[in-house]
This record gives sequence, structure tokens and C-alpha cells, in this order.
Amino acid sequence: MSLLEVNDLTVQYGNNAVVDTVSFTVDRGESVGIVGESGSGKTQTALSLLGLLPRNAKMTGSVRFDGEELLNRGENHLDGFRAQRIGIIFQSPMQALNPYLRIGKQLRQILLQHKIATGNDADAKVNQMLDRVGLPDPERQFLAFPHELSGGMRQRVMIASALICAPDLLIADEPTTALDVTVQAQILDLLEELRDDMALLLITHDLGIVAGRCERLLVFQAGKLVEAGATVAVFASPRNEHTKRLLAAALRADRGEVLAPADAKTVLGVEGATVSYRDSHNARLQAVVGVDLSLREAETLAIVGESGSGKSSLVRAILGLIPMQGGRVVYAGEPLEGPVELRAAAQRRDLQLVFQDPVSALNPQMRVQTIVGEPLLVHESTMTAESRKDQVITMLQKVGLDESYLRSYPHQLSGGQAQRVAIARALILKPKILICDEAVAAIDSAVREQILDLLRMAQHESGLSIIFISHDLAVVRSISHRVAVMYLGRLVEVANSENLFALPRHPYTKALLDASPVPDPLVAPVAAPLKGEIPSSVSPPSGCVFHPRCQYAENICSERRPELRQIGGARVACHRAEEIDLSS
Amino acid sequence: MKRSGGILLFVLVLAIIGPWLSPHDYLSTNFDDMLRSPGLSGLHLFGTDDLGRDLFVRTMLGIRVTLLVAVVASLVSLVIGVTYGAVAGYVGGRVDAVMMRFVDTLYALPFIFFVILLMVAFERNFLLIFVAIGAINWLDMARIVRGQTLSLREREFVSAARLMGVSTARIIFRHITPNLLGIVVVYVTLTIPQAILVESFLSFLGLGVQEPQTSLGALVDAGVNQMEGASWMLLIPAAVLALILMSFNFLGDAMRDFFDVRQTP
Repeated sequence: MSLLEVNDLTVQYGNNAVVDTVSFTVDRGESVGIVGESGSGKTQTALSLLGLLPRNAKMTGSVRFDGEELLNRGENHLDGFRAQRIGIIFQSPMQALNPYLRIGKQLRQILLQHKIATGNDADAKVNQMLDRVGLPDPERQFLAFPHELSGGMRQRVMIASALICAPDLLIADEPTTALDVTVQAQILDLLEELRDDMALLLITHDLGIVAGRCERLLVFQAGKLVEAGATVAVFASPRNEHTKRLLAAALRADRGEVLAPADAKTVLGVEGATVSYRDSHNARLQAVVGVDLSLREAETLAIVGESGSGKSSLVRAILGLIPMQGGRVVYAGEPLEGPVELRAAAQRRDLQLVFQDPVSALNPQMRVQTIVGEPLLVHESTMTAESRKDQVITMLQKVGLDESYLRSYPHQLSGGQAQRVAIARALILKPKILICDEAVAAIDSAVREQILDLLRMAQHESGLSIIFISHDLAVVRSISHRVAVMYLGRLVEVANSENLFALPRHPYTKALLDASPVPDPLVAPVAAPLKGEIPSSVSPPSGCVFHPRCQYAENICSERRPELRQIGGARVACHRAEEIDLSS
Repeated sequence: MKRSGGILLFVLVLAIIGPWLSPHDYLSTNFDDMLRSPGLSGLHLFGTDDLGRDLFVRTMLGIRVTLLVAVVASLVSLVIGVTYGAVAGYVGGRVDAVMMRFVDTLYALPFIFFVILLMVAFERNFLLIFVAIGAINWLDMARIVRGQTLSLREREFVSAARLMGVSTARIIFRHITPNLLGIVVVYVTLTIPQAILVESFLSFLGLGVQEPQTSLGALVDAGVNQMEGASWMLLIPAAVLALILMSFNFLGDAMRDFFDVRQTP
């Protein structure tokens, strides 16, 4: 008998089935991955197992755990299973943890609720658990509030809370989606290490995560289970069309073509850019420190780094959305200065930005026609409404949408469609430089490829230069000519794609590459290459800011700040770049 | 929404055409026919008051005046409050600080004192009531709108508009304000009953509408004096007042859903 047996599970809201006659099993100690695009019913399936769906969800079929039926049973009955037999980890730990309760108290409550331990026993158990999930100084963290921890630490606390009752099955719903790649690798390692003989149901949109870590794979599409099998077999010979599409769309950072560098004149130069803010405690936060960069014509320059590395601050300062405290930006021979409102109209129309979340980047109260037409209204004030509409339609067709979308509101569009609209709005003025800030991070992989194609096409047609900000090196590999790696507001490596991916020169670049999940079950996942998390930029480490996390660090690294130096085909800021061997 | 809107519409239509349907007017006193209880005799549907005036016609008149005061006062607070709050919130910095300290100062003025001052300084005037109520209500509106604008300003579609070169005025009125609609509508439907209550309160104190004009508040005031002998003089205007207040509150909930485009499929 399997540990978990799901038979013909159907979840309906009204007449709309979000999970449609799904059947699968999970054996004791087995790790099973559920993959699918957003809206494919992965999360709904997971939540229905523990009766966590909203009241208006109608569930039919059967969910048997260890022989006992769980579906449509009362809260009291389910409480016996929650935490004690089945643990669950959600995507966003900040939302899953109570912001008003100290970490230790929240964990202790679980033990008290299920009458596993009381008093000092419970406290000791909680401390032990916090230690096991790798929280430094558990005694102190016991008293911390969730907001005092970093994203990675919070997810560790979530794992602790899921595992504290030693359940037989752990459901992890996109446990690392909100985290940086290096932290993602740590969390996945931790799950692997703590799992022992516990069964794992890992839900994700990222084939790279399940490839090396799950024995079996379930592929969901539009509420249906379309393919199930051993991970290796599914990757090697997918039978379902949808699975084939998903696999084809999965990009990898470790191999594949890279673009040859563009050989053209510089259109945008950044010299010594420095950006700082005051944070909520009024401490000065150095977001960008002395960054020199140049962008060539018809080139895609990727800027990569973890969150907190200053990528977004840098481009926002270039665009004039936030003030720059030092350095200068030169565009087409002219300085770009001051806030965007005070810049010359011609300069403004030549630089455009595409945001990460297309839904929040589009005014929810405006129709597509108004959104895409607004730049024309501002910059071509003499244009008639008729010809403006014609241009909007032409632009929409270019990004693969037709006239029927003119009257739509943003919330009526899918994520991919909304991002097309955002790109249409950015391109309608025929800018010279397009800045994409994580423009494909929130988009399903199949649609992602279309958006990337769209960008490539625009570049090919009009010689557009693109700054492509991303944390995902697999995507960067497929689109960029050059890559700039940032860490804690500083550039650590700048190189052509062909050099960088073949031979990273900076240990941080190497770590990012290693942490990038590979969608291939035959490639064993590399153990998390970096310990800890990116430090606060209020008080950056001395010398080389990367040295506390660097395995190659020596005395000099904590004493002197390395400058960017030309080494081979790359500019690298590392004292030991020549000595250390980062190949393999 | 249909039911509460329907009730309000019915009350409004009745208040407009009602007096024409009655053979009586709101002025004529009839000392032979004082304090008649409601009924069909003499066509005094709601009875008469202590001066023998027809209470049905006077109630209709009261509804007209009360709704007029409430709606105009709310519109005043809407226009001033939204513009003021959105400008302060969007422009931010020193401008915001100065604008909001001004609001704080006005908040510190005792309201009743302010009204009495107005009444003394100027003639007792219908218009003054609008001014007094509007002048108080827009302060709340401005604060709420400013708060919302502060968070909307950080949204990416506003950054996108700035990058496109959209003017600040257009950002405030085309990008920020439409997104405030939901909360503003809810707040207006809360201010209307509030304005009605304030007007009733002023009239009750004898500071509001003056005889022979009347409002629901003034009628309730008159009714309280006759409570023991002629309870209908209190109960009928009070019931109408309650009905209107309730309808506005329900309408507010419904309007919020209606103005949220995200809910239309």
C-alpha cells in the first residue's frame, strides 16, 4: 500500500474544474515532483490533500493517506494529520509566518497543539529543530520576529515548522521560487539532507529543480495529469506533447550556443555610477558603488546578480527614476542628467523600460489601446486619434496580439499577454535602448521563449540595444552578447558571453553558474556552492565585499578592495583571479 | 445594489413629485386641524404638525433639503479632497508636508464653534451649511486619498508613465485618480450619511435650516417636542432618515464592487 493514494481527485469552483480527475500515488520515502505552468492545478492539488482549500471549492474523488480517507473530512479529523503526518511548506514564508509572533513561539505552538511536547521540553525541541535547519545561533533566533530574518532564513524556519512533528510526507509548494539561486541551492540541499525516509512531494515550475532531486515526475496541464513516470524516463522520452514543449522550453546555463559579441560603437556609457538611499532606519544604504559600464549598438548586455546586488537601482538611476549620487551617464555623446521629468524629450523616448511584473506595470484602470497609445499621445501630440490607433494595432500585431485586445483591461490578460502589451508600449516610440528588468522572470517557460524571440526580433529589425537584467543565467545565456556580474552594488566581472560561460573568472560568477539548476536528470546537482546570504549594503564587508562567502579568500581579500582588471577576455575584480582555477 | 439604489430612487422621486400630488403646501398653517394623526382623512397622509401644516409635504421637503445638502457637501469634499490629497501624495516632499500641516490645522478647529462663528459673521444662509459641512469632510477625504496615493506612486505603472514623459498633471488625473475610485466611492457613500447626520444635528440645535424651510433633522427636532402627544411627528421623519442612511451604506458596498474593473470578467 502506498503512503498517499489520490484517486480521481477533482476540484471545482462552480462549474470550473481546476483539478480534473487526477490520480497518483506517493510511496513511503519516495520523492515525487509535480511540474506544470501557473494555473495548471499543482497548488490546488496540494492544498486539497490537507483540506486547505476555500469553502466554495467542491472536491470529489478520494485521497487516502496511509489507508485513511482525507477528502471532505472534518477539521478535527484533519488536524490529526496536519503537521504530525503531513508537513507543508509554502512559497512565501513571509506570508505563512505570523508577523506578530516570535519564531520560537510559533514553532512551540505546533508542538503544544499536537500535544507532542510541553514547557521546557518543547523549547528544547524547537531549538534543536532550528539548529538542524541551519539557523545560526538558534537560541537568539528563537526570540526573533519573522521580519528580522532574511528570505532564506525564513524559509528555513518554514521547513523547521513543517518537520518539527516528524511527518511521513512533506509537501513543498514552490519552496524556492522567491529565493535567489544560491540560496535556492542551499534550501534544496537542506531538504535533501533532512528528508531521511520521509516522502517528498515537490511542486515547482522549474524542471531544473526536479531533474536532479525527484525520483518520479508528474506533469500537470490545465488541471489534468498528462504524464507520469520516472524522472529519467520522462526527460529522455516524453510521450505527451505538453511535456515535450515544457522540456524544449527549458533553458540551461551549462551548455548551448552563445551569441558572438557585437562589434559596434558604444551608445551608452556609465562612469562611476553611485546610488545610495536612506533605509527605513535612516541608515545610508550603498546600492550601487562606482560602476563603469558601456552598451554597444544592437547589443544585449545582461546584468546578473542576486537580489540586493544593485542591478535594478543601477538601471533606475540611468533612467532618472531615482537620483544618482555620483558618476555620470553619457548617451549618444550627451550627458543624461537629473530626474526623468527634466530630461529632453528626445532622450526620454530613446530609453525605455520593461518591468518584471507586467500586471503591476500596466495601469489596471486603462484599456490596452490607451496603455499602448499613451507614449504617442505624449511625444506625437499632433497625431490624430485615427493614426494613433492604427499604430497601436500595428505594434500589437508585432508583439503577437491582434486588434481584439484593444478594449481589454490588464487583468483580463494572461501574464505573457500582459508582458507583450508592456513591450509594445516600450517599443512604440522606437527607442534606441530597451532595459528589461527581470522581464521574463514571472512568465511561464513556454511563453518566455516567445518573449525572448520578440526581443531578438526587435533587435534584429531596428538595431535596438538591450540591457537585460536577470538572476537566471540560463536565460542570460540564450539572449546576451555580454554579461556584467554584480555583487553588493559592485561589478565583479564583465565579459563576453562566450568567455564568461566557458570560463568564469570570478568565484562569484562561478557560484552563480553552479547554483543554476540544470534540467537534466543525468547531471547530478552540484552541492550549494555558496554559504550564507548577501550581506546588508548598509555595512558592506571590508576589502573585497565578496570575501566572507568566498572559498578562495585570503588575507588580502579582507584588506584591499580589488579593482576591475583586464584578464584574458574579461574584466574581473578579484585579487586571486589569475591563481585560482575555476574551470570544470 | 439594486434594492438600495431602488429605495433611494423611489424616495428621491417621491420627494420631487410628492408635494404636487398633495392638495396641501408646506407653508399653510391650519389651526383647526392641528396634530391630526396619519390617515386618509383630509388627505393628511402623515398627519399634521402642531401648527396644522401637512406633514407629508413637509417630510418631502425635508428629504429634498437633506439630500441636497448631503450630496452637494459630499461633492465639495470629493473634488477638493481628491485633488488636494492626490497632489500632496504624488508631489511629496516639502509640498506634501506644508499641505498636510494645513489640513492638521483645520482639523484642530472645533467644528461647532466654527459653524456658529460662520452663522454669526454672515446671515443665516442655506449655502453656509454646505460650506460648513464640505469644509469639514474634505479633510478626511484628503488624508485618505493622500495615503493611497503614496502607495500608488510606488507602483510600476506610475514609473512607466514617468519614463514615457507623461506630465505630472496627467499622471495624477489619468493614472493615480482612477485607481483611487474604489476607495473614494466607498468613502463618499460614508460621507453622505455623515453629512446628513451633521445637517440634522445642526438643524436639531437650531443652527441649520430655518423655518418655514425644513429638513429631516429639523422635523425630528420638532417631533421630539411633541413626542408624547403626537409620536408620528418624530417617528415618520426619523424612519425616513434611517431608511436613507441605510440605503446609502448598502449602496456604498455595492458601488465599490461595481467600480472595481478587476471584477468584471
